[in-house]
Amino acid sequence: MTNGYHIVVCGSIVPDPLQTLEPVQSPTGPALKNEMMLPAVLDPWAAHALYEAANLASKAAGSNSKVWLVSVGPKAKLQQVMMTIAQKVSFELVPVDSSASGFADAHATAALLADAIQSIPGLDRSRLLVFGGWESASRGAGATMQLVGERLEILDQFQGVDQIRVLDNAQADGSFEVLERIEGGRHQVSVCPGPPALFGWATGNLPEPRNNPQVGMANMRTVMPALQRAKSVPLPAGGLHFLGASPPKQQRQTRVVKDLPAEQIAREIAEWVGK
Amino acid sequence: MSQSILFLAHVSEAGNSLPKVSYEVLGAALKLTKQLGARLTIGLIGADVTAAAETVAAAGAERILAVAGPDFASARYGSDAAAAEALCRAAGAELILAPATSRFMRVLAGVAHRLNGCVDTHVTSLESVSGEVRATRWHYRQRIEAVITRDARPWIVLLESGCEAAWTGQSGAAKVEEIPVTLAQAATRTVVSGVRAPKSDAQTIRPDANLLFVAGAGWTKKQADGKTHIDQAETLILEFLRASGASLGGSKSLVDQTGESQAVLGFMTHLNQVGQTGSTPRHPKGLSTCCHGEEPHVVGWRFINERRAVNLDPNCGWARGKADVLYVADAFEVLAKLNALLAQRSRTSPEAILQT
Repeated sequence: MTNGYHIVVCGSIVPDPLQTLEPVQSPTGPALKNEMMLPAVLDPWAAHALYEAANLASKAAGSNSKVWLVSVGPKAKLQQVMMTIAQKVSFELVPVDSSASGFADAHATAALLADAIQSIPGLDRSRLLVFGGWESASRGAGATMQLVGERLEILDQFQGVDQIRVLDNAQADGSFEVLERIEGGRHQVSVCPGPPALFGWATGNLPEPRNNPQVGMANMRTVMPALQRAKSVPLPAGGLHFLGASPPKQQRQTRVVKDLPAEQIAREIAEWVGK
Repeated sequence: MSQSILFLAHVSEAGNSLPKVSYEVLGAALKLTKQLGARLTIGLIGADVTAAAETVAAAGAERILAVAGPDFASARYGSDAAAAEALCRAAGAELILAPATSRFMRVLAGVAHRLNGCVDTHVTSLESVSGEVRATRWHYRQRIEAVITRDARPWIVLLESGCEAAWTGQSGAAKVEEIPVTLAQAATRTVVSGVRAPKSDAQTIRPDANLLFVAGAGWTKKQADGKTHIDQAETLILEFLRASGASLGGSKSLVDQTGESQAVLGFMTHLNQVGQTGSTPRHPKGLSTCCHGEEPHVVGWRFINERRAVNLDPNCGWARGKADVLYVADAFEVLAKLNALLAQRSRTSPEAILQT
């Protein structure tokens, strides 16, 4: 692979995990209370995908690789999140001003993402790798990336990916070894002959990159104009109807045990475990 | 004309049955078939489906369809999508129920697109109300539960494990209609070469275990003497896992330390992570240690029935109605005593050793 990769990362924004989420009814269906006021972050699995994309792009032979981040979300929230994410790794933002709600239909979101990817000028399908989170922290369906792949007619798809490694084999043909999560804490190992391919990332192996203001400055030169140009696109319900949405009601009566010797606690736990 | 339901499954890794969750989904499919007065078809995928088909022969399906052959032995998107698509088209079903196994979770959304239908995953219950099929699933990582319906058909629904009683019946001879599928070259580019266990001294993830043991970041923090005791923590936890047969989970803060080059528990990987950005495993019991019990952690416990926690902070999140019992104590001390107790019990009564 001498020409490098064209890596498109699909990643949306989600409420900060530490926020309390309360569903409310809106004219278009369920939504989160004070949704626009909740601090947002880049979806955790999509963030892993972005870091892996940047890492792969930097290591690819010829270093003629490029990373795009295609993100569907309200423009104002995207801008807020980009102030942080843009400092992590180099990418070009392709924003789509639409709903990032976890109640949105995966099919409709996938259609927006696929259209946005296809509209990227100069994107080379023979070098195309589509990255994203295998699930999101909002809808959490694990469906969107597959649907994007189908729309882009990519048949080499992998989900729950923790690692891809460009094989250094005799042919140096650019094949990847891919590790996908399966049941029982194991990985399925596959060999993919190269682009085009789609990878729904789990956590991968890379730590979160440190903020680099220089990277941030460079990114923001393209991020801000892209956000300004982003058109608002309505997200159709697609025949999905919500009959109700509620937080879990179960509140347990917690018995708080203080001042009990460790041995007695151990006895109690052993008895409970053995029941 | 009555509705048609397809129960879709793939053979287990052993090749002689279906994954356990499949029988639960079959139970749900039969219940719904009865409620709707529908017709049930079974669709199977695998290298050889004969033995697996025999295990569901008595379920009362009108037809048993199969896509079989060496090309369909492994979980590969291109071949699995083609097989599932062919079965769905052959069955002509409006509703397709499938287990949320890793194999199907990777492929059935794509199949829904090919069928011009729709898909919902991680569904925890399915019922018919006045002839309308309603599905329940979680949003925002098990923090909001919603009941939904869909207009589009076919509707593919992937059901989670532990939500329905498994169908049981006698094995018997099954009449299987094989659906021929010719794979395009593009569908076989990827080659599945095997399965790899994570880098661990021992397998610590046991989906069928009775107990989930969750270790929090507290295990790697400075203790009362002002020092960390990682080695001791590792020994205590591994010893407990061996003695109890529990499955190991970790909080995000703990597993993230691996990537941040901090002192870590050597056997803890991202695969162990439970919670908001990890897995939400299903076990009858859960014991949390050195984990503060805030909402992102508790999300990983949503499907744990009985919950206990050991934490030094009496005001931690577990005390706010999330655990059944919170022991305010030093987890190092408690676990050491617990291990001694379990070891003593196994010596005096080997049959008392807890099984996974």
